[in-house]
Amino acid sequence: MTPALPRKRMVGYADRISVAPGETIRFMASCEGVARYRAALVRILSGDRHPQGTPFAEEVVPSAADGTYAGRLQVVRAGSFAHVDGAPFAGLRSFTLQAMLWPTAPGRGRQVVMGCRDEAAGTGYALVLDAAGAAALEIGGRSISAGVPLLERAWAFVAATYDAATGRARVVYESQAVYPGMALKGEAEAALPPPAPAAAPFTLAAAFAGTEHGRPLGAAFFNGKIDIPRVADTALDRAAMETLRRPAPAPARHLVAAWDFARAMGTDRIEDAGPHRRHGRLVNLPTRAMKGHNWTGETFAWPQAPEQYGAIHFHDDDVYDAGWLPDLSLALPDDLPSGAYALRMTAEDDGEVERIPFFVRPPRGRATAEVAFLAPTASYMAYANERAGIDGGGYLHAFANHLLAYGPEDLWLNAHAEVGLSHYDHHSDGSGVAYSSRLRPILNLRPGVTNCWIGAAGTAPWQYNADLPLLDWARQQGIACDVITDEDLHHEGLALLAPYKAIMTGSHPEYWSKAMYDALQAYLARGGRLMYLGGNGFYWRVAFHPELPGVIELRRTEDGIRDWVAEGGEYYHAFTGEYGGMWSRMGRPIHALAGIGMAAQGFDVSSYYRRTAASHDPAHAWVFEGVAGDIVGDFGTVGGGAAGLEVDRYDPAQGSPPHAVVLASSEMHSDTYFPPPDEVHNMSALLDGRQNPRVRADMVLFPTPNGGAVFSVGSISWIGSLTWNGCANSVSRVTANVLRRFLDPRPLVED
Amino acid sequence: MPAAVETLNLFRRELALEFRRTPIGRHSPDLRLLLNRMRTQQDAAYVLICEEPFRRWRLARKKRGRGQAVEPVGDRVFASPEEAEWEVFRLRWKEMTGEELA
Repeated sequence: MTPALPRKRMVGYADRISVAPGETIRFMASCEGVARYRAALVRILSGDRHPQGTPFAEEVVPSAADGTYAGRLQVVRAGSFAHVDGAPFAGLRSFTLQAMLWPTAPGRGRQVVMGCRDEAAGTGYALVLDAAGAAALEIGGRSISAGVPLLERAWAFVAATYDAATGRARVVYESQAVYPGMALKGEAEAALPPPAPAAAPFTLAAAFAGTEHGRPLGAAFFNGKIDIPRVADTALDRAAMETLRRPAPAPARHLVAAWDFARAMGTDRIEDAGPHRRHGRLVNLPTRAMKGHNWTGETFAWPQAPEQYGAIHFHDDDVYDAGWLPDLSLALPDDLPSGAYALRMTAEDDGEVERIPFFVRPPRGRATAEVAFLAPTASYMAYANERAGIDGGGYLHAFANHLLAYGPEDLWLNAHAEVGLSHYDHHSDGSGVAYSSRLRPILNLRPGVTNCWIGAAGTAPWQYNADLPLLDWARQQGIACDVITDEDLHHEGLALLAPYKAIMTGSHPEYWSKAMYDALQAYLARGGRLMYLGGNGFYWRVAFHPELPGVIELRRTEDGIRDWVAEGGEYYHAFTGEYGGMWSRMGRPIHALAGIGMAAQGFDVSSYYRRTAASHDPAHAWVFEGVAGDIVGDFGTVGGGAAGLEVDRYDPAQGSPPHAVVLASSEMHSDTYFPPPDEVHNMSALLDGRQNPRVRADMVLFPTPNGGAVFSVGSISWIGSLTWNGCANSVSRVTANVLRRFLDPRPLVED
Repeated sequence: MPAAVETLNLFRRELALEFRRTPIGRHSPDLRLLLNRMRTQQDAAYVLICEEPFRRWRLARKKRGRGQAVEPVGDRVFASPEEAEWEVFRLRWKEMTGEELA
């Protein structure tokens, strides 16, 4: 008999990722077939499952959360759309609906473009793409179709009219692209009975499917861009439709609504430039600041020509806030020490456990330790529910050079794509995922969960779990360490870092907002000290939403390792109007900040460092005090070495400071290690790690002004070696030597 | 097989022996070609189900793409990633050549 697959029946999320003592955090959970669960606040001491790491450990903290709770099923409702409440849409007798469309999945089921349509009752009217991908008008249970499917990813004009006086319905399609010999237009006209008023708001990119907890639900989602949607209260002829196509139509007698998606760009609102000012709301954050049908190709920055960026790209798998009902609200104890915590849910029937993680920061406005771990929560969000290993098939086996292995979290994700995607994934229509939120269950942000494709048989931790050993190590070393997060840094800036003598990064602090980056640079310039204990850090620029909590935006532009590629002309964040992409292309080379920058990645086996001659100079030899020999880190829980997965190299040509000293370099990487595209300007058979001396991690140390300093290891797997052999190892020793020196206020060099 | 893929016979005993010695990590160029071919030229890829972290795995197959079912294969249990890699190597060798590897 085939054994049953491991199951996961409970998932949840919190409304916050960083909470100060005394503040309140809410937890939302879904239980499938779990009648009751016990809850407890736990401090995560070790999230490691590796046989040579610190055994998994957590400590129960008595709190008001203690107790048993009723489980209930809650569902993520994916798919983005807009809704506009209020008259006169439901009562329109005669009408025109028109828009420019750039469909990305025509023919993949019926998709509603706009209308006033109650999906369950089948009442009202809507302009749709029918199952064949042709423009159609639906009134009640009847419809007429223009008959000619729209081309995928080509702008097209579509319109539907109804004249209540004559009972005539008409639908029109005209492609903006012209291909001689192809009939890219269609039209149909027929008599239809008038629409019965629908108990529905006006919606765009979906039909209305009722409400849940007061939130509107969509159905029959449209995939693609919608631009210049218009509504009129009469059946316009073709010439009159044309007058409404301008981005800002003149006030026309019959105009009812003219939404201008170029307005209120950085918000979840849409604005109506028509006479009724029927502004609407977006659900699940479709992608904004998209090139419109009228983009000229001469402007690349939407803030300079918003009228050319009036399109919104809707996806049937967009998710922002799952919006679940809270299971419990917990006011944290006033004296709770800073650290990694979780709400632990234990099913009463079979003991299944779910942990919803968060960090406790020190009380606002003060530090409770001399050193802080900056939890890279923006990077955790970028990787939230990453699906490469789940969806990648045999390609991933070849890419990773080992088998993938699915645990209950991966199998849950495989069955629940509706939970939403990461910045590494594509939407169902093939477009890139530009927004990622933490207001939904994040299955790979769980203590004790390894990545399904990184490390042999999915045994390597990634991001959150790869960082937890640093806190475990500090605790075992007796080093008090606060935890602060990217979100705290983004909102509070330099003031958050200023009290600390040293800041330690996580294993892969890859995604940085401008406010975060500014704060770190200012901290270093004023004498702060940074221990960059990871690889491929400070790489991508992201934008936090200025109003909505818990969501970031990324544009994968220009270069770098890009699991999807932003379209030309769509390089500016909608949230902020800032240029997106790689920090190194924006006058802030990673090498200048950290001394090193991204050199290579590979995901099979890790390697080790060899000390350089310079490291024996008495000026730096203290870094290696207590370390025997020249080899550092030839062991570890991540690929078996301290130098691996993603590694960074010293390169003065890219901005590495000339006074930085390279203390050690890794060697002997495997043939799955390759430089990133930004390091490769022509192809060659000499690129891989067995032949390419540029594939290496360099460990560097350099002073910054006013007594500051930077120590960088340039390897994701470094932290995975810290607790090996009960912390009695060279990686632990080097890290401790540097940290203790960094806590000593004497400058590294005299100014 | 696409014309662009070279036709050198990669199903050579010495490559199987090399893989058996080192299932995970650095491989010779010809073994790399063979592995890439075995791993990518299949409709449903072999994957593992982890039943107990770092201790216990089973075999399954899954097609590329969203929402494809994970289909368990057989009832064999593996105690290490290396054991599982060798088993998948043998299965793919058999599927692609008809030949059993001892």
